Amino acid sequence: MITAGIDIGSITAKAAIIEDGKIKGTLVDFTGYNAKDAGRRVFNALLEKLGLNAPDIKALVATGYGRNSVDFADKSLTEITCHAVGAHFIAPETRFIIDVGGQDSKVIKIDGSGKVIDFAMNDKCAAGTGRFLEVMARALEVDLDEFGALCAHANTPANISSICTVFAESEIISLISTGEKRENIIAGIHDSVASRISAMARRVGVEIPVMMTGGVAKNIGAVHALENKLECEITVSTYAQVNGAIGAAVLASRR
Amino acid sequence: MTDEKKASDPRKIKSVRRMKEIMTNYYIGAKTARENGKKVAWITSGGPVEPLIAMDVIPVYPENHGAMIGATKMGVDLCEKAEEMGYSRDLCSYARADIACATINGGPIGGLPEPDFLVCCNNICGTVLKWYEVVARYYNVPLFILDTPFVHGKFTDAAKKYVIQQINEYIEFLENVCGKKADPDRMDEVGRLSVEAQRLWQKVLDAAAHKPAPISAFDAFFHLALIVTLRGTQETVDYYKGLSTEMEERIANNIAMVKNEKYRLLWDNLPVWYRTRWLSEKFASHDACLVADTYTSAWSGVLHLIDEDNFLESMAVAYSSVYINISLDMMIDTLKKMIKKYDADGLVMHSNRSCKPYSLGQYDLSRMVAKQIGIPTLIIEADMVDERSFSESQIETRIDAFMETLKA
Ligand code: SF4
Repeated sequence: MITAGIDIGSITAKAAIIEDGKIKGTLVDFTGYNAKDAGRRVFNALLEKLGLNAPDIKALVATGYGRNSVDFADKSLTEITCHAVGAHFIAPETRFIIDVGGQDSKVIKIDGSGKVIDFAMNDKCAAGTGRFLEVMARALEVDLDEFGALCAHANTPANISSICTVFAESEIISLISTGEKRENIIAGIHDSVASRISAMARRVGVEIPVMMTGGVAKNIGAVHALENKLECEITVSTYAQVNGAIGAAVLASRR
Repeated sequence: MTDEKKASDPRKIKSVRRMKEIMTNYYIGAKTARENGKKVAWITSGGPVEPLIAMDVIPVYPENHGAMIGATKMGVDLCEKAEEMGYSRDLCSYARADIACATINGGPIGGLPEPDFLVCCNNICGTVLKWYEVVARYYNVPLFILDTPFVHGKFTDAAKKYVIQQINEYIEFLENVCGKKADPDRMDEVGRLSVEAQRLWQKVLDAAAHKPAPISAFDAFFHLALIVTLRGTQETVDYYKGLSTEMEERIANNIAMVKNEKYRLLWDNLPVWYRTRWLSEKFASHDACLVADTYTSAWSGVLHLIDEDNFLESMAVAYSSVYINISLDMMIDTLKKMIKKYDADGLVMHSNRSCKPYSLGQYDLSRMVAKQIGIPTLIIEADMVDERSFSESQIETRIDAFMETLKA
């Protein structure tokens, strides 16, 4: 049976198609301002890429903040449930998921069957999210894709004390003017994001193995900073960004 | 099914109409007090109102008014006005909304009637002290402060003496501002009526222990108004008698507040006044009923401490021991009892940006509940009046995710 999952996030829309427990393909696109169109677009593009037609898809589950605007979905489920199922599908030993997306971050504790035991979300503030990193990368005129890797060249990470994005940005500007090494500032930024997320993770109670998902999982600096803070290894699958969509597709197949 | 459809929504509580009537008359009475030669006192929600009733003073509750402001979605404008006046956005939104309202006679009822004097009891928070000082200066009226020590476990003899002494001073203060002697017989009568009303209110809340629950916390938020404002009057006793009978009838006829009640949840903290309907429908769409809450039971939760034959003195101790003036260990005891009584499957905690004393400790409480009883908690970050602290899509995701977890 072929099923699909669509995950509409604040910045990107993701689609995944699975067949009989195997991933057939995934795709990421920008959400833009119309979440409804984005769902259609990414779904159609993936169908085309895989040479499939809409009727081939037996069930479709939508997730993410835009989940309710995907009007052709059979069902909508939250990212929490979908990430849990997605992570369990990819690595069944996973017990803890840290998902850091564009506008929020969340931590999810799951059991051996992929069922959610507890979760926490930071959705009130940009600190500890992809958006925070984006703003800081811009302030430092660094390409977002290289941003995290530059942490490795820091000797003493700068201390960024503000958790507010706006204040942190001005703190960084003053660090630049004092001549602080750019890599140190960048490492400091990643540490600050990691502190925010690790506090939330500890509140729920970290259990290993830990998997990181979401767009920020592609940022090696953020992953390492989190590993340091949580004092444990964090795995990142190649499907990190589309983990929620995969979970949705798996859930669709269970219906 | 056809029967259910025929009647005009049987789930609606009939007493609602009567409540609206009583509250309208009450506010008309308060607004025309001056013309009728009556005195008006503003009092905090946890303050001892019985002596006011006994002295024939009309009690007015800025917090109840704050709730109305919230429910009518007038909170943001008024809060912004207060912020323009220089009050911090971190100040309780009841305080902000009410302070702003007083200066422009705005809000849903064109402002509260001016007070002749103020009664402030800090059993609910420290904010009310400063808030009432501001009001006292603004209207230039006397202020009585009843200081109730925080209860860390045991109510000590010294603390008891301390609050009883203040109750005596309170009565003296009332005699002075009202220019007449207090009548002990009348005081006893009011005390008895208050206790009776509290008992009846508890009975109404207890009805939700029945499965399916005939009343939800969202209804209790509404029917609460009288026990807050007018306990100690015959009218209040009569009202809750009627409401209690209605609950019995609902149970007998198996009328559920949530149609397919499958999950029973407990609410903690003040309501999100401008979103009660949305929240109740959201939970109902998951077949979940908020069967009880720690907030509305605050007005009857200390009933066991009141001795009708020694009302004033026992009242002093009871008022000091309300839910948010006690230690976390005592709170968890209350919570556990409620979870058991109402057979709750989960806890929904409103982390209320305004009300710090109520919200502090919620993470600890949720952890204790998970560990000791094994039920999960959902924490919703919002504010009771200031809509700027409410994000629908974020809260929706949390509720959906929590319910998916509960159902799995
Ligand atoms: S801080 Fe809390 S207890 Fe105090 S007045 Fe505001 S809502 Fe009431």
